[in-house]
This record gives sequence, structure tokens and C-alpha cells, in this order.
Amino acid sequence: MSTTVPSFQELILRLHAFWARQGCVILQPYDVEMGAGTFHPATTLRALGPKPWAAAYVQPSRRPSDGRYGENPNRLQHYYQYQVIMKPSPADAQALLLESYREIGLDPLLHDFRFVEDDWESPTLGAWGLGWEVWCDGMEVGQFTYFQQVGGIATDLPSFEMTYGLERLAMYVQNVERVYDLDFNGKGVKYGDVFLRAEQEYSAHNFERADTAMLMRHFEDAERECASLLAGDRQLALPAYDQCIKASHLFNLLDARGVISVTERASYIGRVRTLAKACCEAWLAGER
Amino acid sequence: MAEFFLELFSEEIPARMQAKAAEDLARLLGEALADLQPRGFKTFTTPRRLAIALEVQAAVEARSSVERGPRANAPEQALAGFLRKHGADRADLREEAGFWVLDRVSPAIAAEALIADALPKLLRRFPWPKSMRWGGSSTFTWVRPLRRITCLLNGAVVPFNLRDGDDDGHGLVASNLTEGHRFLAPGAFAVSSLADWQAGLRDRQVLVDAAERRAMVAEGVAKVAAAAGYSVVDDPGLLDEVTGLVEWPVPLLGKIDASFMDLPAEVMQVSMRVNQRYFALRKADGRAAPAFAFIANVPGSDGGAAIIAGNERVLSARFADARHFWDLDRKATLESRVAALDAITFHAKLGSQGARVNRIMWVARALASALGLSVEMANQAARLCKADLTTGMVGEFPELQGIMGGYYAAHDGEHPEVCDAVRNHYRPQGPYDELPSGDIGLIVAAADKINSLVGFFAAGERPTGSGDPYALRRAALGLVRIIRERGLRIGLGNILNEAAKQNAPYKPADDVLEFILERLRVQLRAEGARHDVLNAVLGAGMDDDLVRLLARSEAVAGLLGTEDGANLLAAYRRAANILRIEDKKDGPHTGAVDTHLLQSPEEQVLFEALDKVAPTVTAALADENFTAAMAHMATLRPPLDAFFEAIQVNAEDAALRQNRLRLLARLRDVMNSVADFSKIDG
Repeated sequence: MSTTVPSFQELILRLHAFWARQGCVILQPYDVEMGAGTFHPATTLRALGPKPWAAAYVQPSRRPSDGRYGENPNRLQHYYQYQVIMKPSPADAQALLLESYREIGLDPLLHDFRFVEDDWESPTLGAWGLGWEVWCDGMEVGQFTYFQQVGGIATDLPSFEMTYGLERLAMYVQNVERVYDLDFNGKGVKYGDVFLRAEQEYSAHNFERADTAMLMRHFEDAERECASLLAGDRQLALPAYDQCIKASHLFNLLDARGVISVTERASYIGRVRTLAKACCEAWLAGER
Repeated sequence: MAEFFLELFSEEIPARMQAKAAEDLARLLGEALADLQPRGFKTFTTPRRLAIALEVQAAVEARSSVERGPRANAPEQALAGFLRKHGADRADLREEAGFWVLDRVSPAIAAEALIADALPKLLRRFPWPKSMRWGGSSTFTWVRPLRRITCLLNGAVVPFNLRDGDDDGHGLVASNLTEGHRFLAPGAFAVSSLADWQAGLRDRQVLVDAAERRAMVAEGVAKVAAAAGYSVVDDPGLLDEVTGLVEWPVPLLGKIDASFMDLPAEVMQVSMRVNQRYFALRKADGRAAPAFAFIANVPGSDGGAAIIAGNERVLSARFADARHFWDLDRKATLESRVAALDAITFHAKLGSQGARVNRIMWVARALASALGLSVEMANQAARLCKADLTTGMVGEFPELQGIMGGYYAAHDGEHPEVCDAVRNHYRPQGPYDELPSGDIGLIVAAADKINSLVGFFAAGERPTGSGDPYALRRAALGLVRIIRERGLRIGLGNILNEAAKQNAPYKPADDVLEFILERLRVQLRAEGARHDVLNAVLGAGMDDDLVRLLARSEAVAGLLGTEDGANLLAAYRRAANILRIEDKKDGPHTGAVDTHLLQSPEEQVLFEALDKVAPTVTAALADENFTAAMAHMATLRPPLDAFFEAIQVNAEDAALRQNRLRLLARLRDVMNSVADFSKIDG
């Protein structure tokens, strides 16, 4: 266990080192905008099928509605998730997870760690699992899920999925009240130096400026392209899935712009789910 | 007797499922081990374990029985069927008194064998609300991964596993091993009995008895609160939940920064209770204390300082978020938010929240006008009642809808009655919830429920046996409570129908009234009142003024409770029976009674009594003086008794017979004007 307080990037490096030792493939972020690390094909698609798989990666996650123009101490429209997936779920998943917290300076004898019921569900991905929020001293420091279904398909081998909210975790470890005050590199650069302006500009984009007619058009384009890539004899599951992720993000932007009513909302989610299911089926067909 | 002990050690079981799981385990084991005459069930739950101990017979004793088969001369097929049924051979049979007979002997079964055979099946079909798969490809599911099975009979391991054909059952095998506290005493150790298990776990910082843990939690939070001069706000539900979240409860006290103490109390409570499972504290003067109590699962190697500091920081961040919404929301008035409701869909068939609010306003005005209250104020309260749905705070904490509206309305300087109505119009939310206190609040609460009922019924969303997603039963019960407890005199049927006309397409609301009356019946039954009386009163003519309906029911029930009433009912039944039988022959026997044919004094007296009572009953009913109506009815008892004592209704003389039947018909009609007594049970 390392006792020094890690900078933001050091925290990522320690998690990489730890999960690499557990046999995970260390991947880089996926290059399409998405709402959560679960959308990365390394999780969504790889959770399906009979082949074992283990990976860990950082995924920039965009939640357009959570933008606060850089004024809220702990809400961001762009933040980092640290994502681990192991298929099949190892018998000592909980112990591994606690070990990873020790690596970043959280000692379970000094702190109060708890596994509190939180069933995970993603209506857009047609996915659900059972698990917990991991609490440290009353704060949620991670989400632990045993995947049961993805893309409407029961998983052959249930995966263990762990998601850490990196900023929140770093704030806790560094004892910082404002996300923008986080020590980014241990050499004077703060999180705000890197991201404050982005939060201000993207908040304005998400809530005020994004061209909704264009977003709707792009949503439909993505939807059409996804279907077309899955048509015919040669199904292209991965490129099609990119379009599905894009559609999901475009929907999130439209939602933030406040142009989607409650009933339309359900229908948009249903449309993305249809794409996700089709991609998952195509992926699985190629795996078996 | 032998001690049977079973522990199912798993990853963390949701707190809300633990108690039910213990009950299910006891019930299922009781059934599966019935032949061992189990007794003395003791169950134990913690977040990581579900355990049970009980006394069983050491074995099921050997039993012999004699099965009689077909006649010795029965066809071959019948005999073959008998042999198949009992898995016997012909050689096993003997003949006795012309029948085939099979002597069956069930050998003794050791408890160990019976348990080892029963448990895998029992565990495979354990009724968790939701269970899951994990690890490899085993189809054995549990609420969360099951890690160990400890199974002992008088200290010896009962050997079984969860293997099922190719399915390895996660390799789980019963043993005598268990584990202590996850952090304070990790690792496996062996146990030999219930007492050993309990003591061994207590040494390893696990309290297995949920009741003991609950008491420790309650005492613990009370103690840390008292040490700071505060008391704990009573919250049994939270106590239950927290008990299910820890194996080793450590009570701690955290402080709340003074700068947050001006947030609305409800906002603080939701953050503390729902999000964090903290106990709210009160100062001696009853006001919220700037501190909270909570339970950790470890004492903390620094004495708990880091744990307290962490929990304080988390709560501060939540309060900071709440403050952000609180400050931002108050920058716009509720009034200015009403227009935004047009853009929010309420229900696909019922339009936007704005359209919904317009309909609630219409009903509120109608109710205010019918009850002689301020139409203007009711209208304004209804107009604002859903506006808080557009605020950030309600977006974040949906359970604060209404309450936040009340705060924001007060901030905007709305009339106090309007604020109260906005705040409380979702009430009552259950049988024990309070009603809105003011008249305008009652009206808007009633209007909201009426609108929901007629709207969802018109949209074809009436509750079914299995589901009531829009909580319409609760709405109907709430409406009934408002009307009953505050004595609101309204023609409910008419209001419902007029309210239904605000929906397009219009659909008459008769079924809504029937639904509400059904809820009323359920409510009366739950209170132990006679619901047959309500049916009888409704049988005398539909009355949609529930207050009047219930007053009349109460009076009828009161009458039936007296000796006069009981006798009157018996006489009524006798009359009704005679009429039913005779009407079948040559009825109906209606028409005026011929006074010249009243031969005997008993007939004359009854006729005169009816003649006198009928108008007084009608007048008393019109005055809603139901007690008086019953008193008048009760005077019929002596002449009726005398009549049946002396008179044979079915006289030989046809004219006399008809006249007497008409007299009874008149009696029936007079009594039916009060209630249809044929609907009274008994």
C-alpha cells in the first residue's frame, strides 16, 4: 500500500498498475463521446459471448445536463471514469476492489467501507446488473456491478464491472472541497487549469448554443447509418456500434437543451436501445 | 433432539431483504424437514449472512403400512397400474380377503441424509426478490454471490454440495467454516455449534442477532446525541435499514456547518436520511440540531476521526448542492414557472402538466363554489400547485414536490392559505398521513385526486389486481378521508362527471364513483364497521353525498344493534320471504290496502302504525335526522310482532289473502325507503 497522497494523474497511474497486475488489458479512452465508461465497446460488447476478457481504462464521460458553468464545486459535464471489467467475475472481486483502494491511500481500517445495495440499469443499453455503491465514510467512491444482461441479451458469463468516479475519488483522497482545486500532476497544475474553461464553454454549448435542429438531424443520420451497417450479409458490428454511441450522446445533448418532452424522452431512449440491441446481436453472432 | 445449524455466507445482502429472507428460510426448512419434527427456530441476519438454528429428531423412524390394491379377480391392467404406482413387483403382493395387498416398509432415514438431500433443492428455489448469476456458467443463483455454506448437525458437517450434473454449483460445499468481520477479523475459522458460532463471531466483531444489533444502534445514536446535548428524531424505518448495513455498529456524531442551518428542514432531512442514512437530531427546544448521528461498521484505527471528517464532508457537499438549487430556484417566482408546465408531458393521453393544472383549477373552483369558500384563492392555489416540478430542487429530490412549492410560494409572498395548499395538496399519502390543515388545502388536495381519478379512468388506466402505477387507490382513499374526516358536503357523482367533461374525449365517470365507493367499503371493513349496511343504504337509492350516506349507514347500524332493530329485521325478512314466495304464484301484490278487509285488531293496528310511521320517516330522512327516522321505524316492532303472532297471511279467502299481502308489501316499502334490508347479512 502506498501512503503518499496521489495527484490526479498519479491516482490513474496507480490504478493502471494495480489492475494490470490482475491481468487486465490496459486500454486507452474510446474516441467517441459517451455518457459513461460502460458504453465503451470494451465493456458493452465484450461483456457478451463466452470468451473471457479483462480490461481497465479511463473513459472521459460527458453528461451535458450536469454542466454548471464551472460554478459548482463537484458537478461537471465532462469527467473521468475509471472502468474495470473482468469476465467471468473473479471470486475475490470485492477483495481486489478493496485492495485497489488501499493502493490509492484509503485504508479500510482507518475508513468505513461499505457495500450498499444499488442495482444498476441502463435503459439505453438494454442492460442491467446487481451490485452495490461502494461507500467510503458515507461517500460513494464506486459502482460495483455483476452484469446480468446487455443489449437485451443474458450474458453467457457474468462480468464484474467496477466504475470509479475519478474526480470525486481524488477530491476525497486529496481532501479538496472544490474539484477545480485538485492537484493534477503533483507539480503545481490544478484541475481547474486544465478544465475550468472547458466547463464554462461546454455548459453554454449544452444549455444555450447547440443547434438543436442539427442535433436532431445528426441523431437520425446516426440511427440510419447504424441500421445500414448492420444490414445485409456482412454485418459491421463495431462501426455500427459507434453510431449507436453517437446517437446516445446526441440524445443527451438534446435533452440538456430541454427540447425533449417526457414522452418523447422514452421514445428516444427506446430508439437508442433498439440500435444497441442490434449491435450487440451482431457482435455476438461474430463471437460464437 | 439434535441441533441443526445452517449459515449462508454471501456478499452483501440488501438491508431491505434480510428480514424476509430469514422468514422464508425458516418456513421452507420447516416444510422440507417436517418429518424430523423441527422446532425452536432461531434466525440470524447480517449484511453478509443468513443463518438458522433449530432442533430436529435424529432420524425419521421406520414405518410400515399396508396398501390395499384391486380385487384379486380384477383385470390384469388394474393390477399393473397398482404395481406401477407403488414401484412394486407382483412377488411383493399377498392376497387377503379377496384383495391384493402390499406391505410397505419405509426404512428409517437419518436426519443427516434427509437434510443433505433437501438443502440443495431448497437453496436452488430460494425466493429472493431478485437473484443473480456470477462467476462461471453455473445456473445456481443467489441474491449476491454465495461464498460459503456452513451446515452442522450436532456439530458434525452435513455433507452436501450444489453440483447439478455438469453444473458445478460454483464449487460450493457445506463445511464447518465461516468468516469474521470483513476488515476487523478477516479469514475463515471453524465452528462446532450455534453457541460456538455466535461466540466465535462476537470475538471477531460480528453481532449476528439483528434485534441485538438494532438495540445497539438505537442506544448508540441516543448516547452520542445525548453527550452533545441533543436527542434523536424517532425513525424506526431508518433504524431497521441501518441495522442491516453493519455487522459491528459503531455510533458516531458529525457536525453540520452553521451556514447550512437555514436550509428548509425537509431538504436537510432528505439529504441526511435518504442519501446518507444519517439520524437527524433535535435541540432541547425541538429545533433541528447542527449535528447528525450515524453508524459506522468499524471503529476507525484513529478512533473514528477520519470517518467523522469524511462523513461531514460528504454531507457538506450535499448541502452545498441543495443550497445551489435553493438559491437558484427562488430567483424565479412560482407564478412565472406555470407556463413551463405546458412543455412537460403528464401522460400521453392526458396532455401536458399545464393542461392537467387547468383541469385541477376547474375542479378546485367548482368545489370552492359548492362549499362557499374563496373561489379566487382555490384557483390560485391550484394554479401554482404543480409549478415546483420545474424547480431544480424537485428535479434533484422528487420526494420534496409540494413541500418545495410551499416554500417558494411563501417566498413569493403568496397568501398563507395558498402556500399551505400548495405544500400539502399531495396529502394524505397514506392511511396515517395527515390531511391538509386549511380549507383551501383540502379543496386543492381533493381536486388533484378527483382530476387524477377521472383522467386516468378515461385514459383506460384504471388499476388492476396486479398493478396501480398511478396510485389511484391511494387517491380514492385519500379523497374519501378528506370528505369523511372534514365532513365535506358535495354531490360527488356530479362533480366527478363535470370534472370528466374537462377531459377530451369525455367519458361518463360512473365507474369512478363506483371505484370510490368500493374503496369506502374497504375502509369501513378495515374499521370493523358493517359494510353490508352501506350496501343496504345504497340499495335504497344512490346517494353521492358520502357524508349523508355514512350518517344514514351509522343510524341503520345503530338500529340493528338494538333488540327492537334485530326483531324488526327478523319481521322484515319474514314479510319479504312470504312476499317472494306468494309473488311467484300470483304476484306482485301491490296496491292500496282495503281497510274494510282488515278483520282483526292486529291487522288494523299494524295498518294504522304504518300509516303514521311512513310520513314521519320520510320527513326525518328529508331533514337528515336519521336517528329520528330509526326511532320512528322502531315503533313498528310491537304491532308487527302481534300481527305475525295472530294472523295467518295465506287466508283461505282470496280477497283477505291479497289484502294481507298488500299490507306486508307496504311494510316492506316503508322500510326499504330507509335501506334495502334484504342486503343485510346474517
